[in-house]
Amino acid sequence: MHELSIAMSLVEQMEKVARDQKARTVPRITLTVGVLSGVDPEALKGAFPLAAEDTIAAGAELVVELVEARVRCRDCGTLSKPEAPFLYCADCRGFNVEVEAGRELYIKSMDIDVEV
Amino acid sequence: MCKDCGCETAGHVHDHEHPHGHAHAPAERRTIALERKVLSQNDARAEANRVWLKTKGVVAINLISSPGSGKTYLLERTLERLNGRVPCGVITGDQYTDHDARRLQGKGAVVRQIETLSSCHLDAERVGQLLPEVVGEGVKLLFIENVGNLVCPSAFDLGESFKVALLSTTEGEDKPVKYPALFSLAPVVVLTKMDLMPHVDWNLGKCREYLRRIHPGVFIFELSAKTGAGMEAWIEYLEKLVE
Repeated sequence: MHELSIAMSLVEQMEKVARDQKARTVPRITLTVGVLSGVDPEALKGAFPLAAEDTIAAGAELVVELVEARVRCRDCGTLSKPEAPFLYCADCRGFNVEVEAGRELYIKSMDIDVEV
Repeated sequence: MCKDCGCETAGHVHDHEHPHGHAHAPAERRTIALERKVLSQNDARAEANRVWLKTKGVVAINLISSPGSGKTYLLERTLERLNGRVPCGVITGDQYTDHDARRLQGKGAVVRQIETLSSCHLDAERVGQLLPEVVGEGVKLLFIENVGNLVCPSAFDLGESFKVALLSTTEGEDKPVKYPALFSLAPVVVLTKMDLMPHVDWNLGKCREYLRRIHPGVFIFELSAKTGAGMEAWIEYLEKLVE
């Protein structure tokens, strides 16, 4: 996954929220990143300062909350953690599964500083 | 306004050096809960593209593969066979040059090139801008030839009906498990350059197995755009899609 592109999208969103909230700075952004999202949290943390340079996000802390993969088997009903890179039920080894967790790539929250 | 640090506090006097960044006015820290997708801007544009295409009754295919798998060659032969039968449009993406767009001209489809310059994938915004030009009156099938890349394109929704992944016999047959993001999302896979199979150590059975393990129920086409083997099934499939 191209983490720099992702980081740039993050900064764009931070700038928009800052404008909407009339914030002076955005010191922290918290992400929810699933292990199946294709995003490498470390690479993203490395790319973020580059994307944030000279923007309102410069110097912001990037916090990543990792979410494990979970699949719900449509055959046996079990919710289990699949063994990467395959998505099969850890219980009955069936492939008829629904991914319930692990594909997330969300901005959970942002901390902003506003003048009072 | 203070010309040194830009603050707007009236009566502020600078008779000494002080560091930038100190607050002149009290500030309050707030946490804004968002639960918003990181790629929400791209996704929103992609959804707009999707609605636009659906309204016009167009099936859009996002073709993704490594560079050199044969996307353009397959498209050339495909457009030739569909010419006069199914009105097509093509949007092709590369970092630089319009070589692919040129190759695809003169086969009955409206073709446009996107040069992404630095980006390794197409995005919904750039594709959206070209849709009205490429999808003229009567166009039923839109091919979007993505930038050659097995990683990034799968994360950027363009508004397509579905993704088609290409994999050639000159690439490892285990690519599906090495690149699960793409292969688990593509309901259709085209195995290309099948005419080269006798000349490379490539295990077709293993490849099919990997594809099915990563994506149960995946639809696999095995063809050689060069010799024509397997092309009929592919063309028939495309024609049925837009019936």
